[in-house]
Amino acid sequence: MARYLTQIKDLRPTLCYARRTVVLGGRAYVKQGRNATMSMMLMIHPDKCTGCHNCELSCSMEHEGDFRTKASRIHVYTWERQGFSVPMMCQQCHDAPCTTVCMPKALTRNLANGQVDLDAAKCIGCKMCVQACPFGNASWDFLTSAILKCDTCNSDPACVRICPSQALTWVEDTVSAQVRKRAFATKLKNAFLEA
Amino acid sequence: MHGWVGKLLRIDLTSGKIATEALNPELARDYIGARGLGTRLMFDEVDPKVDPLSPENKLMFVSGPLTGTFAPSAGRYNVVTKGPLTGTIAASSSGGNWGPELKFAGYDLIILEGKAASPVYLWIKDDQVEIRDAAHLWGKQVPETTEQLYAETEADAKVACIGPAGENLSYIAAVMNDMHRAAGRTGVGAVMGSKNLKAIVVRGTGAVTVADKPGFLGAVDHISKALKAGPGTGYSFRMYGTAANINPMNAVGGLPTANFQETHFPTAHKVSGETLTATLLQRTKSCFSCIISCGRVTKVTNPKFKGEGEGPEYETAWVFGPDCAVDDLDAVTKANYTCNEMGLDTISMGSTVACGMELFQRGIIDLKETEGLPLEFGNAEAMVEAVRLTGLGEGFGKKLQLGSYRLASLYGHPELSMTAKKQEMAAYEPRAAQGIGLEYATSNRGGCHVRGFTVGAEVLGRTNKMDKNATVGKAALLVGVQNGTAALDATGACLLSSGAMSAADYAELLTTATGVAYDAASYLKAGERIWNLERMWNLKAGLTAADDTLPPRMLNEPIPKGPSKGAVNRLQEMLPEYYSLRGWGPDGVPTAEKLGELALNV
Repeated sequence: MARYLTQIKDLRPTLCYARRTVVLGGRAYVKQGRNATMSMMLMIHPDKCTGCHNCELSCSMEHEGDFRTKASRIHVYTWERQGFSVPMMCQQCHDAPCTTVCMPKALTRNLANGQVDLDAAKCIGCKMCVQACPFGNASWDFLTSAILKCDTCNSDPACVRICPSQALTWVEDTVSAQVRKRAFATKLKNAFLEA
Repeated sequence: MHGWVGKLLRIDLTSGKIATEALNPELARDYIGARGLGTRLMFDEVDPKVDPLSPENKLMFVSGPLTGTFAPSAGRYNVVTKGPLTGTIAASSSGGNWGPELKFAGYDLIILEGKAASPVYLWIKDDQVEIRDAAHLWGKQVPETTEQLYAETEADAKVACIGPAGENLSYIAAVMNDMHRAAGRTGVGAVMGSKNLKAIVVRGTGAVTVADKPGFLGAVDHISKALKAGPGTGYSFRMYGTAANINPMNAVGGLPTANFQETHFPTAHKVSGETLTATLLQRTKSCFSCIISCGRVTKVTNPKFKGEGEGPEYETAWVFGPDCAVDDLDAVTKANYTCNEMGLDTISMGSTVACGMELFQRGIIDLKETEGLPLEFGNAEAMVEAVRLTGLGEGFGKKLQLGSYRLASLYGHPELSMTAKKQEMAAYEPRAAQGIGLEYATSNRGGCHVRGFTVGAEVLGRTNKMDKNATVGKAALLVGVQNGTAALDATGACLLSSGAMSAADYAELLTTATGVAYDAASYLKAGERIWNLERMWNLKAGLTAADDTLPPRMLNEPIPKGPSKGAVNRLQEMLPEYYSLRGWGPDGVPTAEKLGELALNV
């Protein structure tokens, strides 16, 4: 992994120069660099998801203090016929429709870490964000009268910690797509080597 | 209440009356849940002599206190009723996502009584409960039924239903949930069919709470680590599924072959978990809250056996493989898919086909009797076709759907049925491992490996390995395993987790989840209480010690060849010791002292 990061760093244009990740006691703290445009992100790997719903359980325990998967900020959808599961949670959009429609500015873009922050104290419960999110990743909880949206557990997502299949990972955003690209490139490499 | 939701749903299908009741906390404490709690309620409410397929029998869907929490691999529920196949108490366990959804909807269990006048299904959305017409679903197979019900209710709802087999009151019908998961054994699907109940659809938005959050999270944390570190729970079941057991069982000559005529199948590796992973496996799948992930999502492209779905697991790979002398994994997998689609128990189905094959081999039945189905050992096409016919109740399937004991008895040869208490035995040969023979003979629901899995200690385990051919110590081993398993089933946990978890671990989870103090001893005591209660039910249903036996082949016919050549099961050396260790009389009846010790009011 270390060698891999070095390679990416070498290819990285000056514009995107940033971030060192310091791992302290299992928590990742991101330091801002010059021209910061990167941060950490939650990466989903549906190909590895087994549909165990441990992420939902863990999320609801973390935020609600009980096991109520409907109040989880992450949801796993399973297509039983194909046995395929996809986890879904807030993508922390760069140009987030939810922040645009949020009148009391409860949802704002956090320039420091690249996430969309929800200030529950400012939220008036108008549910415009629920309407606006193109992915359905903001929802309204009737029981607690609150908007549910992934807050990445202060950059230490409980879902990532519990996922037994590495279907959820917490990675630097510049690395995120590279992981998938490399995985596919490996297949290509193997095909050529076998040929 | 914590752990338990504290509420049950009672539905009289005859009158359409729907009621909720509070869960009795004392019963919950003493019988934990699922298998234990369900059996207690059956005992209190139903005459054990009831005809299983009559409206007087009740059908219960019962979760455990750990169901719906993230206790690892503890998302299960049990279908509890009187089983038509065996006439014993039936508690069939199933995983998937249905059980937790029931608890999120606010119920620990559902009790179904009576019989609907016409086909119906239940739609439970939290406290809204409806009995809906199911005429348009009757006759549909499990995947079609499930998808239709998603469309009619909610896409996120969970469905437990029967297929055509349950509707036809097949003695080997299963209740299927989440399309591929089965509460398979003892014919519980037929009870559901007899009540004209096609499906129960559940959607819940509520919470399951735990009493001691830090304690519970701590327990989950160290137990998860242990499961991940276990060779089976952490590696081989995920990599190869439970069918990882095929090769080791075959290597010791403990893999029943051709309806238990032999115990070693030379080409068993072709249907092993390793081969499955290398060929048909698409990805792995988990039940709710499971970190083991033994589920196999597979796809067969061979045009003869084309299909997609889940499986096969170990028992299924064995029963449609070596037990039918078939080594074509495509055919085995197709037979598995067909069982799931029709709602059939794979073990009983496959073993009934194998029994049919032996009847055919011996010339007891011929092509005329099978209506043209060439039921020869090793004939993969005929095997798959036999499963389809059984599911639909057509042709020779009308006889196969009776299960092997009733099938073989039709032709005057019950000794060719590989059953104990009329239920088909599983994939561990009782002549090659003495303890599992004692288990099949004494199990409270007949031939079944998941009531007291001694094979871990006898063959598969890495530590504390006992001599599989010895009878010494097997009764004591079995009593311990049976009690532990009864308690484990009652919590909602999966038996596979016991590979890396101790009684103290389950007790710790239970205590922190429910707030009721359990320790390893009281947890095992609850298991023993459940076991004795099941025994009392069976005795009252008319079973006796004479039913604690094995097919004559297991007792009298030495294994003809292979690594375990010459062995028979020496049940009589173990059974008296078993009764004595259980605190039962020589007649197999629990003594008054034992019942008193367990505070078992029967």
